Amino acid sequence: MTWLGRESRTRPGGALQAFAFLGALAVLPVVMGRHWQVNLLVFTLMYAGLASAWNLVGGYAGYAALGHGAFFGIGAYAMAIGTTHLGVGTGYRPFLLVLPIAVGTALAVVPIARLLLRTRAATFAVLSITVMFMVQTFAYNIRSLTHGSQGIAVPVPPFPFTTFERPFYYAMAILLALTVAVCWAVRSSQLGLALNAVRDDEDRARGLGVQTELVKLIAFSLSAGLTAAFGAVWAYYISYVFPGFAIDPLLSLGAILMAFLGGRHTLWGPVVGAALIVPAQQYFAYRYGASHLYLIAYAALFLIVIYLLPDGILPSTTQRLNRLRTRSRARTTPDLLPMEALNPRGESE
Amino acid sequence: MHLIVQATIGGILIGGVYALLASGQAMIFGVTRTVNFAQAIFAILSAYLSYTLFSDFGVDPFLSVLVLVPTMFAFGSAIYIVFLRRLTRSGAELALLVLYAMAIGIQGTLDYFYKTNTRVISPGYTNHSWTVGGYQISEVRLFAFLLAVVVLGSLHAIRQHTKLGRALRATAQNPTAAQLLGVNVERVSAIAMGLGVATAGAAGAVFGMVVPFNGNSQYDLLSKLLSISVLGGMASMPGTIVAAVILGVVESVVAAKISPDWSAFSFLVVLFAVLTVRPQGLFGRRLRGAL
Amino acid sequence: MSALLAVEGLTKTFGGIVALDQCSFEIAPGSLAALIGPNGSGKTTAFNVITGYQPADAGRLSFGGRVVRRPDPCRLQRLGMARTFQQARVFPGLSVLENVVLAHHQPWHALLRRRVSVTDRRRAEDLLGEFGLAAHSHVPAGMLSYGQRKLLEFASVLMGEPTLILLDEPTAGVNPVMVDTIEHHIRRCHGEGVSFLIVEHEMSFVMRLCDPVIVLDRGRPIACGAPQEVQNDRSVLDAYLGD
Ligand SMILES: Nc1ncnc2c1ncn2[C@@H]1O[C@H](COP(=O)(O)OP(=O)(O)O)[C@@H](O)[C@H]1O
Ligand SMILES: [Mg+2]
Repeated sequence: MTWLGRESRTRPGGALQAFAFLGALAVLPVVMGRHWQVNLLVFTLMYAGLASAWNLVGGYAGYAALGHGAFFGIGAYAMAIGTTHLGVGTGYRPFLLVLPIAVGTALAVVPIARLLLRTRAATFAVLSITVMFMVQTFAYNIRSLTHGSQGIAVPVPPFPFTTFERPFYYAMAILLALTVAVCWAVRSSQLGLALNAVRDDEDRARGLGVQTELVKLIAFSLSAGLTAAFGAVWAYYISYVFPGFAIDPLLSLGAILMAFLGGRHTLWGPVVGAALIVPAQQYFAYRYGASHLYLIAYAALFLIVIYLLPDGILPSTTQRLNRLRTRSRARTTPDLLPMEALNPRGESE
Repeated sequence: MHLIVQATIGGILIGGVYALLASGQAMIFGVTRTVNFAQAIFAILSAYLSYTLFSDFGVDPFLSVLVLVPTMFAFGSAIYIVFLRRLTRSGAELALLVLYAMAIGIQGTLDYFYKTNTRVISPGYTNHSWTVGGYQISEVRLFAFLLAVVVLGSLHAIRQHTKLGRALRATAQNPTAAQLLGVNVERVSAIAMGLGVATAGAAGAVFGMVVPFNGNSQYDLLSKLLSISVLGGMASMPGTIVAAVILGVVESVVAAKISPDWSAFSFLVVLFAVLTVRPQGLFGRRLRGAL
Repeated sequence: MSALLAVEGLTKTFGGIVALDQCSFEIAPGSLAALIGPNGSGKTTAFNVITGYQPADAGRLSFGGRVVRRPDPCRLQRLGMARTFQQARVFPGLSVLENVVLAHHQPWHALLRRRVSVTDRRRAEDLLGEFGLAAHSHVPAGMLSYGQRKLLEFASVLMGEPTLILLDEPTAGVNPVMVDTIEHHIRRCHGEGVSFLIVEHEMSFVMRLCDPVIVLDRGRPIACGAPQEVQNDRSVLDAYLGD
């Protein structure tokens, strides 16, 4: 029985899902080959990955991290600095930087994550966004490295014009596949179980011998590292980084919105959410241009999701399906959930 | 030395305005357990309204406070009643996200009406200052500080000496027990939200005279407010006021001695240094334990 | 024989309220002890402080013969101490089976293993079977009734193979049939060598099950002994009936 997409037994459909997903990723840019289409796909995959990475902390562990823009920015700047100051060169070679950037960020965030994760609930949310502001200040002020508000121009690679976006698309696709695989691995391991326990009742989990500090730290570090990897590819793709752009509060918020829309306790929810929102967002930006309308639309969508679909699309549909199924079998399990089942984290202070 | 004292004076005065804003936020957090991520944009909204009142109708910003405080009170209470009330059962994080989203939406709306160029409210006396013992004291900042003292004083009086205040404190301490004792928790929460947003109304009106602003400045202000909240201990009023004044002083001393670029950052350093020692903030209770 | 659990001079205040006042007592290995006292006498606080959920203001704690300097729930669980809560606490979003499996302490690298390994599952299913919850093992725990949650909490605590279990009001809010079930399980585990410290309001339950009985009044133990002795103790009557 699928419950919020959580599964304790391996599903035979799992492998099938994976193949279908990889197949779709491989052929998409061929089927949708126009520049604007591939460009849209690049951003969709990027957000799908960002939302999935955020989900490790925000969904599985239930910690409302709001500052993932910081790690995205770190990845972006690392790429920009790597290609301009370190002389990595151009073409495909900068892609080699992505893995070291991801690993480096995952390790570098450990001290700050330990500090953040000592706090909970609202305090954690506040501190996580504070970290983002801190990184943004660095980006503005360490001019020798970041060129401050002027930003860094990353050399444009000499890819053939007709398929210019493809290498970036496939880089994003590989990263997304990796992110989903990491999420899947986390969910189906004891780490995932421990994280879910932290989400439901962290104090009790500690009392049962769960190493809550450790599991939270692992989730946070994985999440930050993956986020940085997307930032790195993004920087190379748009070939320009600038503090207000690379370290954007709206980026984290967008990823959170997508995870919420799709279903933040599920594996595919963030991907589904991104697939729905990013095209709409790009269309909006293209059609209306004006950023203020974009802000208003974002806010409105957020409110709609939180009030009308608090569990996201995927759980709502699976729940509905389950309900139908149970009804047809005339079982006696109650089909309405008690409140705590939906919102497990009680605040304890 | 002269420079440091001068900067400290300026920092304390601006710290008063931060204290005003942040204690509204602390009040909201104390009663509703929700961090008001929209507090900064409420202040900016109020700054814009005050700007309009000044430039179109010639109303002095200090006078416009009299209009803006009740307006923002109503606005805050309405937001609680319409949006937040139904989220109380489902956890503080959702309410926090709702307010954050709302902040973005309000920024979009402000950008639409006022465009994005920065503005500053400048009545005739903005550049006046007095010289006391060789130190400059800006007239606007002093009045802003006095306004903060008056508003904070009234807030304190309400909390300590009225029936409403008792209900506010009781709800902050234990909502369930307060409910059992006959406090209408929802109404009290709506009032707390109103009062908190009203402080943003008062602060924003004068803030607009001290610092140039546009919709996007909400992040700068929000980052300061959030740091103050955490440093002060989230729900603690005295903690928040102390933290706000520390922020004001650190910011302005660093701006004077090192560079304005690093002034916001230096406070974050103070914040994280304190947190390594006291994760619950200066005045906060320990966030641990169970019943 | 040295005590399994010994607390000495445990003190805990909340603002002006003294919840625990120089509280000292010992639990011998293999005992089935009760901690009773009027409402608000500090029983739950004693549990919270002993299991590391709340820091004590003063006092010493030793468990299994060693002094525990800074009690921490996770470490104490690994040393063999487990507890339940007055208001039953389960993980509402995890399945019933996962709730039980989780409480199985393991080295850090076990985090990489499968979410529910075959051996864990078997043991957990056995436990759930004993508690009559096997039919619900794939249901989210949030859907269980309150009584079932109490049983589940008890079952999950057993998964960690503790040597001492602290139960906070195991029968409160539970129907009489389930009270018998709980009593049965306490006796069974006790028979297998697990020690208990039970906070309980239901006196007949305490009287037929526990020995010794420790009586707490205003954060201080005022009597300790066999149920009959305690029952006839003058100061205990005073504490319960008011001065
Ligand atoms: N977290 C807390 N904050 C303030 N007072 C508390 C807290 N926990 C317990 N108390 C107080 O400590 C005393 C003992 O409470 P408790 O240990 O729950 O008693 P019991 O479990 O014996 O009924 C009570 O007066 C209670 O009000
Ligand atoms: Mg109790």
